[in-house]
Amino acid sequence: MTRDPSKSFQDMILALHDFWSAQGCLILQPYDMRMGAGTFHTATTLRALGPEPWNAAFVQPCRRPTDGRYGENPNRLQHYYQYQVILKPSPPDIQELYLESLRVIGIDPLKHDIRFVEDDWESPTLGAWGLGWEVWCDGMEVTQFTYFQQMGGFDCKPVAGELTYGLERLAMYIQGVDNVYDLDFNGRGVTYGQVFLENERQMSKWNFEVADTDALFDLFNKAEAECRNALEANVPIAAYEQAVEASHIFNLLQARGVISVQERASYMGRVRDLARGSCEAHMAKEAAGWAEKFPEWSA
Amino acid sequence: MSDFLLELRSEEIPARMQAGARGELARLFRREMEAVGLTVSELTVWSTPRRLALIARDLPQATEAVSEEAKGPPEGAPDAAIDGFCRKSGVTRDQLELRDVKGRNTWFAVIEKPGRAVKDVLADAIPAIIRDFSWPKSMRWGAASISTESLRWVRPLSGIVALLGDEIVECEVHGVTSGAVTLGHRFHHSGEITISGASDYVGKLRAAHVIVDHEERQDMIRQLAGEAARTAGFALVEDEGLVVENAGLTEWPVPLLGRFDREFLDVPPEVIQLTARVNQKYFVCKKPSPLQGRGRSAAGAEGVGPVTDSPHPPTPSPEGEGELANAFVCTANIESSDCGAAIVDGNRKVLAARLADARFFWEQDRKTPLAEHAKKLARITFHEKLGTVADKVERVAKLARWLVEERIVQSSPSPMARGTSGAGGGVASPTESDPSTTSWSPSPSGLGEDRARLADLAEQAARLCKADLVTEMVGEFPELQGVMGGYYARAEVDENGLRRWPDEVADAIRDHYKPVGQGDDVPTAPVTVAVSLADKLDTLAGFFVIGDKPSGSKDPFALRRAELGIIRIMTANRLRAGWNAMHAEASEGHYETALAAKLERYGPILSGLEVYRYPDRPDQDEEYGRGPEQILDWSFEAERISKGISAAQVPLADFLIDRLKVQQREAGVRHDLIDAVFALGGEDDLVRLLARVHALQAFVTTEDGANLLAGYKRAANILKKEDWANQPSPLQGSGRSDEVAEGVGDVSHATLDDSPHPNPSPEGEGLLPHTGDEDPLENVDDPDMRAVYAAAARDASAREAHNGLSYTPEPAEKVLIEALDAAEPTAASAIEAEDFAAAMSALASLRMPIDAFFEEVTVNADEEIKRRARLDLLARFRAAVHNVADFSKIEG
Repeated sequence: MTRDPSKSFQDMILALHDFWSAQGCLILQPYDMRMGAGTFHTATTLRALGPEPWNAAFVQPCRRPTDGRYGENPNRLQHYYQYQVILKPSPPDIQELYLESLRVIGIDPLKHDIRFVEDDWESPTLGAWGLGWEVWCDGMEVTQFTYFQQMGGFDCKPVAGELTYGLERLAMYIQGVDNVYDLDFNGRGVTYGQVFLENERQMSKWNFEVADTDALFDLFNKAEAECRNALEANVPIAAYEQAVEASHIFNLLQARGVISVQERASYMGRVRDLARGSCEAHMAKEAAGWAEKFPEWSA
Repeated sequence: MSDFLLELRSEEIPARMQAGARGELARLFRREMEAVGLTVSELTVWSTPRRLALIARDLPQATEAVSEEAKGPPEGAPDAAIDGFCRKSGVTRDQLELRDVKGRNTWFAVIEKPGRAVKDVLADAIPAIIRDFSWPKSMRWGAASISTESLRWVRPLSGIVALLGDEIVECEVHGVTSGAVTLGHRFHHSGEITISGASDYVGKLRAAHVIVDHEERQDMIRQLAGEAARTAGFALVEDEGLVVENAGLTEWPVPLLGRFDREFLDVPPEVIQLTARVNQKYFVCKKPSPLQGRGRSAAGAEGVGPVTDSPHPPTPSPEGEGELANAFVCTANIESSDCGAAIVDGNRKVLAARLADARFFWEQDRKTPLAEHAKKLARITFHEKLGTVADKVERVAKLARWLVEERIVQSSPSPMARGTSGAGGGVASPTESDPSTTSWSPSPSGLGEDRARLADLAEQAARLCKADLVTEMVGEFPELQGVMGGYYARAEVDENGLRRWPDEVADAIRDHYKPVGQGDDVPTAPVTVAVSLADKLDTLAGFFVIGDKPSGSKDPFALRRAELGIIRIMTANRLRAGWNAMHAEASEGHYETALAAKLERYGPILSGLEVYRYPDRPDQDEEYGRGPEQILDWSFEAERISKGISAAQVPLADFLIDRLKVQQREAGVRHDLIDAVFALGGEDDLVRLLARVHALQAFVTTEDGANLLAGYKRAANILKKEDWANQPSPLQGSGRSDEVAEGVGDVSHATLDDSPHPNPSPEGEGLLPHTGDEDPLENVDDPDMRAVYAAAARDASAREAHNGLSYTPEPAEKVLIEALDAAEPTAASAIEAEDFAAAMSALASLRMPIDAFFEEVTVNADEEIKRRARLDLLARFRAAVHNVADFSKIEG
């Protein structure tokens, strides 16, 4: 059976995999942790640091507890997929490559209005920022396109280009459905709703109503402690995982509404310290080797 | 002569940065050309999302040769100095010339600079322009970014076209090489375009679906968007900001009309427009104007449409103009193969999803009464030293009530305004008969009824005015603060289904941030005025009490804007109050929150006291660190705050005066005139002060005013020269007799001034001769006036007894005395009545007499008695003028 990205969610993903694989990207699998965005994947965060070329593409499931709508909103989900492409250094034809990937999944830029609209990206939690655009397709944001300038508080040398496709949105667009749960998942009639609707209902309830907040606070503190523990042992990747964990626990606490406005800044600062500390340790650990391999590079 | 074309192509430049970038490109290009002595007569700069372009017309082929002279050391200077000069100037020693400089032989170097080919000049200029270009934000990219020294641009720079005439100006910037090749529209044109020069640039790009002139694209959007709306039977809600932004997002703009579900029109129009505008950059449409007849919507009872603060787009008003239509206009960047059908459909879906979210917020927020929302304000810090927003609301509520009770804010007296005469008058509000809202029911006490109701409404509105800050909608669209509160207040019903809040309260919530910008409306509805004024006074007083006032360019809490708002509200509504009293009241309000904030780390103050009272619970002492010391701390802090409050008063007044001067200067009022009125001292009534200043400005520009000023200056100079210091204090009528009566030089008129006039009317006064020379009873033939004249005569003789004016005044002297006698009371009563124009014209009557006096009378007479009396007279003249303003501060 031939693939049809315009009729099947999974075919769209496979088409993207084929395309980016043909461009020389590693096709990675999702990071096996709960995270708010594909950017948290070590293939993005940690690999954005240092001089080594890095080209990778992967799907990352994302968890945004506050976006849960109990399965009742046609667009908003507390769990959804991002497709991430990271190209380091950013190639000169990165925009053309991206537009070609849209054609591959069935978006004709002479029929649909594709626009690059200013949208700079900043993650205070990761100590990271970049300039770029949100890419609009007929007024809908379908991709976040960023040139990373800093990560973990360090200048990106060289700069990586990051493409983040919102897969459900794109698929809804391509398949012409108004409700995410009506998406055809496999091109044979299994819907996204059949796969995820109950999941959304239960997880929204848990995120907003059930999750034991004392336990969450406890988990947050434990992740923070474990991150420091790992940093002391000079295993920055392990430390970084704990930072990712703390970040997600913080998001859950937010959804439970138990963090006041004043406390919020303080929690975010704590997560940022963990993430930055991990990046810093990663840099420290790798810098000497990098400098040797890339004499024009310096930390 | 050749035209020069420069195109800097890049990935998409943010729309908001394009205007600045055009200016920057022109500035840097001119800078480079001026540096080599080239004047650029005609310069054009354009921008699209993907390129900045510049065309300079009629550049010469070469710059002119110039010979420059440099002055060196004098003859006989050490060789080292002369050699150094030669090196610096690039000449040899035998090329130096000796010239005479002020009698001294000095070496000069004449440096001949040959003309340079302009092409070469440009080849150097382009990299300099790119290197020095300043973007609001710039970035690195690509392989070169392995070094942070790599080129920075707003987005990756991808190409340079540089042509002088038809020749390529060759240059290279960080790996980007100039050429003649560019690209057309991203989707409508594939392959490269070779430009042959400035003349075919626009045409070739147009053929490749790029309209390079941003103004042309703006015109297209304006026109085509309007047409699209008209064709569908609607009118476009014009929005210049959107025109410019969409022109900055497109190289080939194609406005398309789409529609959204009619049911979204339940959502307030501001929300729809903001959603469409901010998130999607769409225009909205309105229904064509209905020709009157359509009933007023309850929301716009004063004829003020839904609020449009200055940052907001224009909003269709609910009357006069049409209501919002369920249509939008988006601007595509392509002429699509299906005439835009897919594009419109996609955009419609996106807008629908956005509006669905907005409607969700609108419905969600209304499920909670505003008073409940307001409780959550206790969780939001207003400022760490000024407590939470809930604290602020409490202060503002008290202050708003105070403003009404002190009659600073009063019910609108105008019959045109909504009736405010108790429950029976004006627009009947459905809630007025509702028992659940008794908190602001009319007070039963007859005369104060109106005021009591106004005070209740003001306090109530103040308590609700910030509640929308915690709603979902304002969280999503902070621009709608106030506006949403107004809607929610209007939509709120009680358990009987009746509206809970009257229009006055809803209007006050909606408008209390006003005026925001310079062109913004100033509130006039009494409840709104009270809340708006109280809110701003509280903010100002708070930051001054904690010593956090604006300095230089730093004004993080927008206190200047708040002060300007206060000034505008006070003047527009002619609110009569001393600002010192208002500042004091507003400052006092901060006492409790400031204290609580100070002691927060110790816990509530009273708990501390209790611990002290129960010393048998040392465990608590230890746990919370509370103890007797805290009470010391408390009183210490309390005292400090009290001091902070007192210390804030003068700076608060100064700040207001400062802002007032700035504002008046912008309105064309001379600052020296403001100074002249301020110099009188003791005035803190803004309305009266400005009336005086404005009358003064009108007066000093008349011939009478200018001449009087000249006479005043002459008198003041003489008095200064003679050191005639012990003068009647300038002004204000009261309380000066005691201190000056003892004085030597000024007794006579001061005494006369201070004696109670038997008949204060100017007419009666004018009849009385006051020279002391005549018999005052001589002309009396009206028996009824005898007593009056006799009293005046007693005054006159008393005066004579005091100063011994025993000579016959010269005619001009006499005329001046008489003129003063007439003018003083007239001016005084005019000032009393705050008719400053009349006071000025009373003074104007002194102009001829003072001129004649200087013409004909010798002040420095030989006889000391005359000299003193005349100096006294001048002092009296000066004092009379000072009744209106301190003319010594007036320039010219």
